[in-house]
Amino acid sequence: MKLELGYIQINDIQFSKECKVEANTLYVDPDAVKAFMYEDDDVKAWVKDFSFDVAKPGESVRITPVKDVIEPRVKVEGPGGMFPGVISKVDTVGSGKTHVLRGMAVVTAGKIVGFQEGIIDMTGPGADYTPFSKLNNFVVVAEPAEGYQDHKHEYEHAVRIAGLRAAVFIGELGRNVTPDESEEFETLGIKEGIEEYPDLPRVAYVHMLQSQGLLHDTYVYGVDAKRTLTTIINPTETMDGAIISGNCVSACDKNTTYHHQNNPVVKAMFAAHGKTLNYVCNIITNENVYLADKQRSSDWTAKLCRLLDLDGAIVSQEGFGNPDTDLIMNTKKIELQGVKTTIITDEYAGQDGKSQSLADADPLADAVVTGGNANEVIILPKLDKVIGTLDYVDVIAGGHAGSLRPDGTIEAELQVITGATNEMGFNRLSAR
Amino acid sequence: MGTIGNPRDYLILTNNPLVPACMEGKGLYTIDFRPELSYREILTLVRDKVYLGHTLYTHPLAGSVKPNETPYKSVIVSMVPHQFDSQQAEIIANAIAVFDKFKPIGWELNERILRDFQLIDYTLLAGAIGFDAAAGLSKKI
Repeated sequence: MKLELGYIQINDIQFSKECKVEANTLYVDPDAVKAFMYEDDDVKAWVKDFSFDVAKPGESVRITPVKDVIEPRVKVEGPGGMFPGVISKVDTVGSGKTHVLRGMAVVTAGKIVGFQEGIIDMTGPGADYTPFSKLNNFVVVAEPAEGYQDHKHEYEHAVRIAGLRAAVFIGELGRNVTPDESEEFETLGIKEGIEEYPDLPRVAYVHMLQSQGLLHDTYVYGVDAKRTLTTIINPTETMDGAIISGNCVSACDKNTTYHHQNNPVVKAMFAAHGKTLNYVCNIITNENVYLADKQRSSDWTAKLCRLLDLDGAIVSQEGFGNPDTDLIMNTKKIELQGVKTTIITDEYAGQDGKSQSLADADPLADAVVTGGNANEVIILPKLDKVIGTLDYVDVIAGGHAGSLRPDGTIEAELQVITGATNEMGFNRLSAR
Repeated sequence: MGTIGNPRDYLILTNNPLVPACMEGKGLYTIDFRPELSYREILTLVRDKVYLGHTLYTHPLAGSVKPNETPYKSVIVSMVPHQFDSQQAEIIANAIAVFDKFKPIGWELNERILRDFQLIDYTLLAGAIGFDAAAGLSKKI
């Protein structure tokens, strides 16, 4: 399966009555985006209103609470459309050609639960910890309809769909624009791969998906990952939005939809493909709460690794606590099949960094890349403008009573920052 | 998934009032509601059961909400002791160790936030055993 990504660099976003991409600037009419989002019945039912803003790199702006970050893309050649099974029909994606509006993102923000979380600072020390401070962000703040308190499932779904629809609307503006740069990615069939690269080690990416329940979900072609068995997916399918985030908890190490679209493990493995390794495929597996599910899914992961005759596997996890058990189960069982593993995780090692980093461990999990210590304490300065609300800063993961100090500064753990210790390694704290 | 077990063997240990409110009498399982216990005390209750040979059915650290944020915890173990499982004993012991490394954060949680923490704990538990969380909520409402 071969996919070409055509990158259209976006250096600026301007509100305008006319919607277009021209000279590396996105011109967009928020009312048109809003109308497109409201075409969905669930959005109509559960979102009272949307407000829009733009946050640019270097501005004294804080976005919080952040729900999801999404990169606008559009499928210009080949089967399927963006976010298959959710926004587009469920056709298989990952081949043909896709245009990417690079350098920007759609950020959804607004209250869902009372301990909502996620901060993106566009300047200052906080900006160094989040990759999204480097992007021009089109921020969509959702306001819930009356009665949403008793319908959190429905409201979370509506905001998730609204964000994806905004990204689809904006992505579509890049359809007829000539990309600044293009790149091709190809995954060969199993036999073809062995014939093409007989001497290179066969390596797959075991991509663990958060799947515990409300606000802790991931969807694959629209299917709730907790109801899936471990399976194989072409890496390029993820670039076309086959995997989306429904995870709103643990800002620092949740994988946003943007992370899935731009998975750095996929990128690094493609870069090494045909040179130092043969990148076989991605194996996606879930992180359920029920222990028998964990056993079944990790057994299945190991079974697939053996069936694919792998030499090695990179394993990334998502979230805190419970997934550590899945991570270790996967790693141990894969190693017992004779396949070498390296895991990517982050750490909750206490504020002094002296505590045990993970909730589980095994001697076979002896190669680890860390995304950083989420308990590390940081001070964020007061910024001039807040998009969203600071109502939750005292009660977000990593915050504490008095986190929001009288002078407007925030003292909290790194956990509060969206993407700070991302467990795909999409951050600035890894040793890379 | 999560429905392969025998619900008659499910004992839900919880300090979350939303669990009995939504699930009591709506399944074959038993709910041991302990509002007087803290998050950590629920974990130690689970640990003691696991040490006696009860099977641990759900992960004690379900959810990415950190143990020093939410006061609520629900875990499912077997009604009766089966056989002692050292791996499960390790999981629950590790969970308590994880709890202890988080600093108390001194939040005064208002009713709205408490309700949201109850909701997350309840939905993760319900999802694990295939109980329709939304239906449970609507019956409650």
